[in-house]
Amino acid sequence: MSPPQKKRYVVAMSGGVDSSVAAALLKEQGHEVIGMTMQIWDYSKFEAPDGETFGTCCSLDDVYDARRVAETLGIPFYVINFEQAFQQAVIDQFCDAYFSGQTPNPCVLCNQVLKFERLLHKARELQADALVTGHYARIETGEGRYRLRKGLDPSKDQSYFLFTMTQDQLARVQFPLGGMTKDEVRGHAERLGLKVAQKEESQDICFVPDGDYVRFLEEERGAGQCDGEIVHVGGEVLGKHKGFYRYTVGQRRGLGISWPEPLYVVSIDAGQRRVIVGEKQYLSASTFHLHRVNWLIPAPEQEIETSCRIRYRHHEQPAWVRPLPEGEWEVGFHQPQTGVTPGQAAVFYSGDEVIGGGWIK
Amino acid sequence: MNRIYLDNNATTPVLPEVLEGWLPYYQGKIGNPSSVHWAGREVANAVEEARDKVAKLINCSPAEVVFISCGSEGDNMAIKGTADALKEKGNHIITTAVEHPAVLEVCQYLQKNGYDVTYLPVDKDGQLDLADLEKAITPQTILISVMWANNETGNIFPIAEIGKIAKKNKIRFHSDAVQSVGKIPVDVQEANVDLLVISGHKIGAPKGVGAIYIRRGTRMTPLLQGGHQERNRRAGTHNVAGIVGLGKACEIAAAEQKEYYRRVRSLRDKLEDGIISQVPEIKLNGTPDRDQRLPNSLNLSFAYIEGESLLLNLDMFGIAASSGSACTSGSLEPSHVMGAMCVEVTLAHSSTRFSLGRETTEEDIDKVLEVLPATVQRLREMSPLYNCGRTAEGCQTCETIRRI
Repeated sequence: MSPPQKKRYVVAMSGGVDSSVAAALLKEQGHEVIGMTMQIWDYSKFEAPDGETFGTCCSLDDVYDARRVAETLGIPFYVINFEQAFQQAVIDQFCDAYFSGQTPNPCVLCNQVLKFERLLHKARELQADALVTGHYARIETGEGRYRLRKGLDPSKDQSYFLFTMTQDQLARVQFPLGGMTKDEVRGHAERLGLKVAQKEESQDICFVPDGDYVRFLEEERGAGQCDGEIVHVGGEVLGKHKGFYRYTVGQRRGLGISWPEPLYVVSIDAGQRRVIVGEKQYLSASTFHLHRVNWLIPAPEQEIETSCRIRYRHHEQPAWVRPLPEGEWEVGFHQPQTGVTPGQAAVFYSGDEVIGGGWIK
Repeated sequence: MNRIYLDNNATTPVLPEVLEGWLPYYQGKIGNPSSVHWAGREVANAVEEARDKVAKLINCSPAEVVFISCGSEGDNMAIKGTADALKEKGNHIITTAVEHPAVLEVCQYLQKNGYDVTYLPVDKDGQLDLADLEKAITPQTILISVMWANNETGNIFPIAEIGKIAKKNKIRFHSDAVQSVGKIPVDVQEANVDLLVISGHKIGAPKGVGAIYIRRGTRMTPLLQGGHQERNRRAGTHNVAGIVGLGKACEIAAAEQKEYYRRVRSLRDKLEDGIISQVPEIKLNGTPDRDQRLPNSLNLSFAYIEGESLLLNLDMFGIAASSGSACTSGSLEPSHVMGAMCVEVTLAHSSTRFSLGRETTEEDIDKVLEVLPATVQRLREMSPLYNCGRTAEGCQTCETIRRI
C-alpha cells in the first residue's frame, strides 16, 4: 500500500517501544523508513561495583533491540557514533552544573545538541523529508509559524524537554506519537508484533542507570572535593558535608542533622562550599532569572502573562515574564512555588502550546 | 535494488565450489578427525587434504600449517606464543603503527606485562622506512611482526626485505597476511617468514576458519591448551567443514591468482581513474604506486564530508563500501592507520575504502561512477566546512589520532 505521497523518514530509534512504534507505523503507511540509533555512551568503560555492566535505556542492549526492530521491519538501520559530542554537550555540562552548585537537565541538552542538530543533519544528508522521534508532543502550523504543543496523553507529555527547538527544526521534525496515549502505542506495538511492546520504561538518566549520580560524578571528576559546611538560612552552622554536589535543592533526606522541624536544602553556595538548609517555607520562591532563553513565538518586547513549568513533573502555574538587559529574563509566579532550582529549565505555556523557555540562574 | 558489494577486505562471499565441497561435512561425514574408527578416518583425510592445499598456496610443508578459527586468533597465537616461548631470550617486539588491532592490542597487552614494543612509523603514503626497522633492533628483540599488506590502504609492505633483515639478525618474523593471501603471490620461503596468518573468509571460505603457518622448529607456547590436535600446537576439535572450505578456497586462489589480479586490478584502476577525474578535492590514502598496492583496494578521502555520511548515502543506492576497517567502524576515533599516516583529522574522518572482489563487474564500477560524484557534491553543499571554504581544526588533533 503506497500512501498518496511517499516520503523518506529517518526515525531516531532508541530500542524502546515508542520510537519502535513510530518507525513501524510510518513503514505500515508505506513510507520509506530508515532507522538510526545514536551511540552516545561507551558502557564498557562504566562498570558497576560488582563488575556487572549496566543495561538501561540507552545502553548497547538497546542498540541491539533497535537493530532487531529495524530488521523485523525490513528497514535500513545505522548506528551513529556520537560519544564525543555527547561527552562534550551533555556529560561535561552535567558535571559542570553539579560542581557549580546547580542541578542539570541533561535530557534537554541531548535533544537540543544531539537529536535536533547532529542527528537531524544526518537525516538531511540522507535526503529525508523529516527526522522522526517517539516524543509525546505535537507540531502544528498556524499564524505563519510552527507551533509546539503538548502530547495528548497528559501522563506522557514531553513538550517540556523540547523547548529549545527552533522554527527550522520544527519544520524538519515529526512526532507521530503526539496524538496517542501510551496504551495506544503499546496496542500498536502488540498489533505489529514488536517484541519491545512490554519493555519497561526507564526512569533514570541514561548514563546513570542506577540513579546514583554522586558515584557517577566522582567517577568522572574524582571524589573528595567540595566539602564544607551545612548552614541554616539563619546563619548557624549545623554540620559538615562531604561535597556540595551530593545535594540538590528541595532534598530532605540524608542531611544527618537533628532539628526540631524537618530541614530541606534551600540553596547551594558553590563559592563558599556551603549547603544552605531551612524549614519548608524557605523552599518557596516567587521570582527568579533565566538565561539562554528560546522563544517559539516572536520574542515579547515587554512583560507578558504566561504559565510556567519549572521541572518535568511540575504543573505549570500562572506567572509573568519580562525581558531584562543582556538577554536575561525575569519570571514571577503569582503564587510562590517550591523547588525553583538553578540549572533546571523553566518552560512557558500558552494553553497546551510551548511558547518558550530558558534556564534558571 | 541492485546490490554492489565493494567491501571484500571486510569479508567475501563464500565461493560456490567451497559451499559444495563443504556440505557433505554437515550431512553424513560427521566424524571427529581424532577418532580411530572409520568415521574419524574419513574426515581426518579431508583435513589433511585441505592442509596440503593451504601449504601449496603459500609454499610450505603441510606439517607447518595449523588450522585455527580466525585471523585474530592467529595473530594472538603468533605474538603471545612467541613472547612466552622466548621470554628467556628477550622482551622486545617490533611491529608497525598500522597493524590490525589483533596485533596492536596484543602488543599493548604485552607492554603491560613487562615487554617492550617498538611501533614503526609510516610516512604520509603509509609506507615503512626499513632504516627505522634496523635501528629499532636490539639484542633483546625476539619478534618482528609486520602485516603483508594493509587492510585499509592496500599498501603492500616489503616483506621479503624485512625477512632478510630478520634472518640476518636471527629474529623471528611474523606476518599477518590476511589481506594479501589470494590477492597477490605469498611465498613464505622467498620472504623468510617464520609465522604467517591466513583468514578463510577473506578468500571465499566460510567465517570461523583460518590457518597459521609455523616454520618447522619454531618454539611456540600454544594459545589454546587441552588437546593434542594440530601437533599440540592448537587444542580444540577440528572445524572440519570450515577446514575443507578453506582448503578449497586456497586451491582456487592458487589456480586463479593471475587471472584474479588482472581482472580486479583493471576494474580497480577504472574506479580510481574515474573518481579522480570526476571528483575534485580528494586525497588518495595509500601509495600512488599502484603496483605496490593490493589490486582490489582503493582508499580515498573526500574533503569536507564525513566518510560515514557517504557510506550511508551509497548504501541507499545499494553500494556497500566502508570507512576504515570493519573491525574499528562504530568506534569514535578516526582509524589509527590514517592517524599513523598523519592524515589531517577531517580528511581521516572522510576516508572511504572500496575493496573489490571476484564477483565485481564492470557494471558495478560504472554504477559507482554514476552515483558517487553527484552524492559527494550534494553532501559537500550541505557541509559547513565546504560552505566556509576552510579546512577545519589544526594539527593538534592529529596528536590524539596518532596515539595507538
